[in-house]
Amino acid sequence: MHQYLYLIPALPLLGFVVLSVAGRHLHKTVIAWTGAGTVCASALITIVLGIEFFRNAPASGAYTQVLWRWFSAGRLSVPVSLAVDALTLVFIFVITFIGALIHIYSTAFMRKDRDYARFFASMNLFVCSMLLLVMADNLVLLYLGWEGVGLCSYLLIGFWYETPANCHAANKAFYITRIGDTAMIIGLFLLFRELGTLHIPSILEQAPKHFETGDTTITLIALLLLAGGMGKSAQLPLQTWLPDAMAGPSPVSALIHAATMVTAGVYLIARMHTLFTLSPVSMSTVAVIGAITLFVAGCSAMVQTDIKRILAYSTISQIGYMFLALGVGAWGAAIFHFFTHAFFKALLFLAAGAVIEALHHEHNIFKMGGLKNSMRVVFLTFLAGAASLAALPLVTAGFFSKDPILWYAWSAENGNTFLWILAIAGAFITAFYSTRLMLVVFWGERKTPVGERTGKWMTAPLIILAIASVAAGWIEWPHNLIHFTLLSDHLQQVLPAVVLKQDLPSEFIFQGIAVLVTFAGLYTGYVLYYSNKTILEGWRRSAAMQAVRSFLLKGWEFDALYNTLFVQPFLFVTRINKKDVFDRLYTGIAQANININRLLSLTQNGSLRWYIAGVLLGILFIITMQLL
Amino acid sequence: MPPFNVHTVLIVSAILFVLGLVGVLTRKNVIFMLISVEIMLNAAGLAFVAAGARWQQPDGQVMFLFILAMAAAEVSIGLALVLQIYHQNRSLDVGNITALKDEPLHEEV
Repeated sequence: MHQYLYLIPALPLLGFVVLSVAGRHLHKTVIAWTGAGTVCASALITIVLGIEFFRNAPASGAYTQVLWRWFSAGRLSVPVSLAVDALTLVFIFVITFIGALIHIYSTAFMRKDRDYARFFASMNLFVCSMLLLVMADNLVLLYLGWEGVGLCSYLLIGFWYETPANCHAANKAFYITRIGDTAMIIGLFLLFRELGTLHIPSILEQAPKHFETGDTTITLIALLLLAGGMGKSAQLPLQTWLPDAMAGPSPVSALIHAATMVTAGVYLIARMHTLFTLSPVSMSTVAVIGAITLFVAGCSAMVQTDIKRILAYSTISQIGYMFLALGVGAWGAAIFHFFTHAFFKALLFLAAGAVIEALHHEHNIFKMGGLKNSMRVVFLTFLAGAASLAALPLVTAGFFSKDPILWYAWSAENGNTFLWILAIAGAFITAFYSTRLMLVVFWGERKTPVGERTGKWMTAPLIILAIASVAAGWIEWPHNLIHFTLLSDHLQQVLPAVVLKQDLPSEFIFQGIAVLVTFAGLYTGYVLYYSNKTILEGWRRSAAMQAVRSFLLKGWEFDALYNTLFVQPFLFVTRINKKDVFDRLYTGIAQANININRLLSLTQNGSLRWYIAGVLLGILFIITMQLL
Repeated sequence: MPPFNVHTVLIVSAILFVLGLVGVLTRKNVIFMLISVEIMLNAAGLAFVAAGARWQQPDGQVMFLFILAMAAAEVSIGLALVLQIYHQNRSLDVGNITALKDEPLHEEV
């Protein structure tokens, strides 16, 4: 089986090549089959591969395939080689399976768009790059995929390029992730200087021998890699691009900015876990960044009015949970949360896309309302997704994956009360804004007439994802309830188990608190947005509450802060630097040429007599020269 | 064949040439400019014939025949152009025909 490993990324690449070369001459049905078909084929191969992996795991722990040598220079030799181990398998399953569902949804969603082929070409290229990112067995190839997904993110955020705001959002996403990418590549250079290799298994093997725990160099490397992850995964302080990235079509938000690309940082840290374990400082940094991000982004999600921006902030917040789990050493819990989050957040984005489409591109949730009966399927699937996001106990996947993170935030060796309080506050906030979203969009009176019905190609992926959002959590139970831990047994081959503190109180207490807090969040949302709306009216009139609301609405004013801290000083420097000595040199050359041109053009005065005199003078000059 | 002084003929030819040249440079009317060009051609032809007679060679006269043929061609094309110029401008004054005048750049760096 593993000799067909290359087909998983190669098929979407083939789709990209076909669509970008011949896309504009093909019929839309052909485009849909090419675009969605290649990804579906990849998903099928992945499922077969996964079954084989479970039945008969390879002795080395990974299927590998070396395709060819990419380049070599000095000590560095970079092969194009793929490796699939337990961790990668989870990621490629999510990428291809959810990717296939989103492609199927897009065939109907984007049907009326004139750039149908360009959309599928970019989506296929994205799937290919993302698969390269997670399947690469050396960091150079990983970096190629890393940049590839950044490029596709840029292309797809700016997909409707005729609106200047969309192009601006695309540029912003590109610039800000670039800051992280630059840090990351410096980290790779350092790693190569220290270990002399960029082959991932070799790095993981050699690092503990080469570095002592807490070494400055390894801390620096880990922090640089973390910065790369922060850029891609929209963690504080590089989170500002993700809410604006919602300018792209909804399937793009679902695939790139919820399920897969934004979790690349989680993958990177989990993949390089040995380096992070060697540096306690960087581990604490990851945990603190995750905890603060989940709280900050959650607060912003509470007050947003654009349905997609709510989901965007919620994505940042949920990835914050993953970072928190990574930081306390609960690697498996982070990957589990990635797994369930991919399902329910993709579902929420796709359902939001269906709602927006049905309401004639209305994004404001306060202009929606009363969709409970008119959009039955979308309502039920959205409910499953939102319940999962709010982590409703036992019946949703979100509960099973978030509960261990909350527990480990306190009980793991790196965990502490501060992280736990932020995480539990985040759980409250998440439950609150999920309730708010549901109540405002689907209950109440109808404010905008509903357009055409959602087609079957759009509802089918929604239903599958809704089932997964409920059921995906059952593969791993909290070990004090039922001992059924399929995912962590699977990941145990790659990622170390979490180290707990000594003398812990019972896990039931923490689970009880988490459940209570979730219900408190649901109840608060219910009171404020359904049963007793007068409280909200009162807040609307108070200036202080309005100031807080506006502060949170603008994402804690991070954009304004960066504008004053970086953009304005930069513009100031460029302005005063506009007429420096080099510029003067070059403008001088240009000016001299213009002056000579003016002088010479005086001789071209159109007078025949003047030209004859010129010819005569020339002849006289030549004859005189001959005589002399 | 009576003896002749080649210097005299060359001086006459030089005078004719200068007359033609001055005519081309000073005349305003295009037709007169063409006539002046013809005078210059004939001056050159006269010089060739004189030189041929001086060296007892036929080449000078052969050259004159060439010049004659070329002058005929030149006049026919020249007159056709003159007609066109008149059609376009309603004037034969070379001072007015300045369509090829350059417009200087007005760009600043």
